[in-house]
Amino acid sequence: MLAPGIILFVSFMAAPIVYTLFLSLQKKQVKGLGLGSGNRTTAFAGLDNYIASLTNADFGASVWRVLLYGLVLIPLMLGLALLFALLLDSRRTRTTGFSRTAIFLPFAVPAVISSLLWGFLYLPAVSPFYWVFDRLGWDVAGILDSSTVLFAIANIALWGGVGFNMIVMYTSLKAVPTDIYEAAKLDGCTEVQVAWRIKIPIIAPSIVMTALFSMVATLQVFAEPTTLRPLTNSLSTSWSPLMLVYRDAFTRDDIYSAAATSIIIAVVTFAFSFLFLRVVQKRAFGQED
Amino acid sequence: MTTLSIPRPHSLKARRASADSIRVKPSYVSTGILLIGAVYCLFPVFWVVMAASKNSSELFSTFTLMPSTHLWDNIIELTQYRGGLYWRWVLNTALYAGIGALASTWISAISGYVLAKFEFPGKKAVFSVLLMGVLVPGVILAIPQYFLFASVGMTNTFWSVLLPQIISPYGIYLARIYAAASVPTDVIEAARTEGAGELRIFNRIALPMMAPGLVTIFLFQFVAVWNNFMLPYIMLGNDALYPVTVGLSGLLNQGATAPAMYTLVITGALLSIIPLVILFLVLQRYWKVDLAAGAVK
Repeated sequence: MLAPGIILFVSFMAAPIVYTLFLSLQKKQVKGLGLGSGNRTTAFAGLDNYIASLTNADFGASVWRVLLYGLVLIPLMLGLALLFALLLDSRRTRTTGFSRTAIFLPFAVPAVISSLLWGFLYLPAVSPFYWVFDRLGWDVAGILDSSTVLFAIANIALWGGVGFNMIVMYTSLKAVPTDIYEAAKLDGCTEVQVAWRIKIPIIAPSIVMTALFSMVATLQVFAEPTTLRPLTNSLSTSWSPLMLVYRDAFTRDDIYSAAATSIIIAVVTFAFSFLFLRVVQKRAFGQED
Repeated sequence: MTTLSIPRPHSLKARRASADSIRVKPSYVSTGILLIGAVYCLFPVFWVVMAASKNSSELFSTFTLMPSTHLWDNIIELTQYRGGLYWRWVLNTALYAGIGALASTWISAISGYVLAKFEFPGKKAVFSVLLMGVLVPGVILAIPQYFLFASVGMTNTFWSVLLPQIISPYGIYLARIYAAASVPTDVIEAARTEGAGELRIFNRIALPMMAPGLVTIFLFQFVAVWNNFMLPYIMLGNDALYPVTVGLSGLLNQGATAPAMYTLVITGALLSIIPLVILFLVLQRYWKVDLAAGAVK
């Protein structure tokens, strides 16, 4: 009965990775004058493609950009998600139903559509922000200019992701028995102290998981910058590592080095997976029936 | 400091009720912060509703948050664009996400059920590989999947987008937890002694018991397919096969040279999010996911 799952796993996850690994070890070889397709064959390249990828300045630049992007996005997104989750959990907060739904709603909007919406909101001609800047007499340069485009993209991801992370944290807060809080209250703790000393430590595993998922999502950012490219000149075709892979494979028709770069990205992602495995495995096997 | 002397009743429910019945002073600060968050999240949606009601000259000339009266005209124009191509994209999205998520849920359910309820050699290895697969997101695999499909000449087909998105390690992982928690082993054994086949036991007995958890898997997978931009973007060359996301991103590209396209893009973006927003609001109670425990409360 596991057969359908295993077949799909092998054909659409394992096989593509193995085939890509195979491609990444090859290179194009041109025989003679290289005229005619018959003269083009492939040869074993060893680790040449990997060395080329790792020493490629574009790749290095895209990795740094994405690291910086993650450094801006993840603390802000998780911090806000945690703040919102704690506020939702506080008995003194009102209109929680409305706020929870509203903050979660962007999760229903796919990254391409949210990039379209924000992309227009960043365009001076149609943006209400620029209308406000004008009224205030501020001279604000383009939000999509090269100095701020990273923040513009981080904002799009923040908008789409904060609600989901909030729901994850809120769900684990709800699972905590309330008598713990009441005991703390009887001892004279304020709401803030309860949140800081009791709630946050209890839901720490959830926060770790959202951080890991966010990091993995950050490494693979592709849809937002690709969608925004028509609106600005400050996004290169190698802005993020996956965009670089796309460019090599489809624009430059160099599938061998694209394959090597994909494998590098996958290996880094896998490193995170092992971290995940270590955190989760005990729980997963611990609660056996 | 709020030191309320709350009497301590015995049951959890009674405690919640008594806590609520004591008037807790509302906090304007925390309510206000959450409302600011809500406004931030609703603002782009509000903007797109306003912008979709304008024709293309108004879009650039009138105040951006001022509504106009051209929404219906825009919808008609969008519908007429290249013989209803937009609605074709909507249908494709519904098929990719709907069929993909349904198939994925079933596969996840049966695999999770087997992993939770059967003992067999190599089970631990299967589960370890599965967990490793959890954090390798679909997008990382898109390019390898493209290479493989290209080598067998299957790119630019409906299947090239549908099939790779049926397998979901995270869905199997969740289903395993639901199966362990919701299907009692006695029930399976009772059915076996009555001579029911394993597949029949799964479909007739286990599947309904796991149903609430499976809705969550379905939603997760639906959103994952609907969100996966890269796979259809690289697999498809024929724009009649595009999902809405790839189609609209292509239209925006044309808008760089023909700003009249912007109106179509904005109207298309608005129409495409309406069904999903409704789906979310209706099924909101199923979005209660504890990632760390992998369980649904």
